[in-house]
Amino acid sequence: MRRAILLVALLVAVPAFADSNMPPAYWADRQLPDARQEVQAEALMDQIRCLVCQGQSIADSDAELAGDMRDLVRRRIAAGESPGSIRAWLIARYGSWISYRPTSEPSALPLWLVPLALLLAGGTLLLRRVAVRRRK
Amino acid sequence: MIAEAGLASLWLAAGLAALQMLLAFISFRGAIDRGRQMRGVAVVQGVLTLISFVMLLLVFARTDLSVALVAENSHSAKPFIYKVAAAWGNHEGSMLMWVTVLAVAGAILALYSRRTSERTLVAALGAQAALAIGFYAFLLIASNPFARLFPAPLEGQGFNPLLQDPGLAFHPPTLYFGYVGLSVGFSLAVGALLTGEVDSRLARAMRPWVLGAWVLLTLGITAGSYWAYYELGWGGWWFWDPVENASLMPWLAATALLHSINVLAARGALKAWTMMLAVIAFSMSMVGTFLVRSGVLTSVHAFAIDPQRGAFLLVLLALYVGAAFTLFAVRAPALREGAPFELVSRETGLVVNNLILSVILGTVFVGTLYPLFVEAVSGEKLSVGAPYFNAVAGPLALILALLVGVGPLLSWRRQSRPVLRRLVAPALIGATMLVITVIVAPGISMLARAGLAVGAYLIAASIVPLTGRNPLRAPLQTWGMVVAHCGMGIALVGAAANAAFTTERLAVAQLGETLKVGPWLVQLQSVRPAAGKNWTALEAKLFASRGQGRVTLRPETRYFTNPQAETNEAAIVTFWNGQLYTVLGKADPSGGWQLRLWWKPFVTLIWLGGALIALGGALAMAGRIHWRRKRTGSEWKRR
Repeated sequence: MRRAILLVALLVAVPAFADSNMPPAYWADRQLPDARQEVQAEALMDQIRCLVCQGQSIADSDAELAGDMRDLVRRRIAAGESPGSIRAWLIARYGSWISYRPTSEPSALPLWLVPLALLLAGGTLLLRRVAVRRRK
Repeated sequence: MIAEAGLASLWLAAGLAALQMLLAFISFRGAIDRGRQMRGVAVVQGVLTLISFVMLLLVFARTDLSVALVAENSHSAKPFIYKVAAAWGNHEGSMLMWVTVLAVAGAILALYSRRTSERTLVAALGAQAALAIGFYAFLLIASNPFARLFPAPLEGQGFNPLLQDPGLAFHPPTLYFGYVGLSVGFSLAVGALLTGEVDSRLARAMRPWVLGAWVLLTLGITAGSYWAYYELGWGGWWFWDPVENASLMPWLAATALLHSINVLAARGALKAWTMMLAVIAFSMSMVGTFLVRSGVLTSVHAFAIDPQRGAFLLVLLALYVGAAFTLFAVRAPALREGAPFELVSRETGLVVNNLILSVILGTVFVGTLYPLFVEAVSGEKLSVGAPYFNAVAGPLALILALLVGVGPLLSWRRQSRPVLRRLVAPALIGATMLVITVIVAPGISMLARAGLAVGAYLIAASIVPLTGRNPLRAPLQTWGMVVAHCGMGIALVGAAANAAFTTERLAVAQLGETLKVGPWLVQLQSVRPAAGKNWTALEAKLFASRGQGRVTLRPETRYFTNPQAETNEAAIVTFWNGQLYTVLGKADPSGGWQLRLWWKPFVTLIWLGGALIALGGALAMAGRIHWRRKRTGSEWKRR
């Protein structure tokens, strides 16, 4: 079942294998010296999709692109930019596909409405049945 | 010849499945009773499919490269165990395994089912045959695993090295037994809806299948999660990846089902809902198969990229799910309501459990499939991942965990005595945990803090059903429930502790340099080459210590040759209070080595909890079987 991740990891690993002579970006696998900034950067990286992977965030991918993007996020955080504005910049550049956090776009609305509707419908059904049985 | 024999027995099995369906039809119309013949046909069909699967294992074990599937997925230089495991590490082979489990489950149902009426069993065997035919057709028409290749290549193309791992060799079979074990629940539900005999006898017939499938699904998911944790090399244990969700959805449905089955078995209530869940549970297995096998997730994602296969599976899915729901819509209104119950009763508790599990299931379903739907309709690409699922399913799971403590204390039909008194101690334990985390770790997230508190409460609350009587005389199934619920609390604490307290260290280390991660000091001793049967590696030697004593860790980067690929082998040491997780990264231009280190307090509790949940299911199953033996024994004496 995790083959998917694997397969993609593999697909990613092959190019990585091919050009592994290139050193990774400086901040790809290095933490920011300021612990507060690093926490901010990691929280953001967890929510950014690795564009060449399947179902992985840039925070947990071996892909070179993910490393480059971690570098980008850490650099900007270190320069004092807020995570929100980095996210906005990334979405403007790559589309909302890059952010794992569902946006408030109308097309994402069913994601929130369906669980709510299920909960309400099920709850009502349960209460009505118990009420009917009581009357009997 | 071996491949041809496998193909021939597959065709024969398909023919027998058609015969089985025909016999079911004749018997069901009441013309002649063909129940006995049907049982025989079902057993032979199961044996033939099993033979076919064994033939596939044989061609893989011998690396017969004239079989296309072997040439595409194996290599002569692989270790033997992975040659065999490669048989199910690909599209065709795994579909054959799927069908084998389906047919063998049908055979076992035919051989051992004595609990339902003969009419319901005949209808159920017919339904099982109908399921099998579709998937035989899929194999024989769109995914023949035995196709030959002429001329045979000199060497195979090899096997994804990430899959070359003992954990993964046995992960798919476990999950498949679970997925397809649910097919019997589906068939029995369809059979009972056809005959109208939805009663406690049916629930008892269904229960061992659902419990068994659920235990295997639990084990498969738990093992898969641990495998991803140590093999992917970033310390994550659940990614909300669509393929993971494909296994989670049947599990959620089966969890709800095995709770509602108990209501049907004990009280004869929740008839329609239980039948619906039985249909949904296996439907989710088929949805999962469709997601993974059709290539719909992305073109690189599935093992085979072939739109014809995707369409075939989609039609099968629509056909079976549509037919079952239509039958349900026609027959469910005629089902008589079971015994009544009041608002505060065990029945209500189990209904609420089912409601929350269904909402979580709905969330995972929408989160997994809705983005695909939107993309197909409008081309817009939505990203749904951990932030969404955690935000919606996380709080629901916590509410469920709170109620799991209460449910088992309620009595059937109506609870007259106050029940919350018995939960005072667990509530205090949860509250204490909350206070401690606020004082010790004020910075952690709300969800993680709540998880720690609720988990601690649940561990205590799960034991309460055993108090107030001699726990040794409690039935085995009660112990099973206690162990499973306790496992849920333990897993919750593990997940929350991991989220809240993990410390990470990513850095370049020169030889001899020491890095600090959490309470640990980790020193890079050396980096040396190493070699295995079909790989070479760079192996680092790390000394780690906290205070006195020291442990040695050897994380590796492996380079596989057939096909060329690179994998990280994390080195992990387990202590009672957590795991130290180390990964060797790339060489740095400065002459040092990239290291990734994590200290993960109590992370092992996640999988310990998962294993306990499975153990609880196994205990419950053993208890039911033991109990039935005792009962049938006394019945026998009475005669």
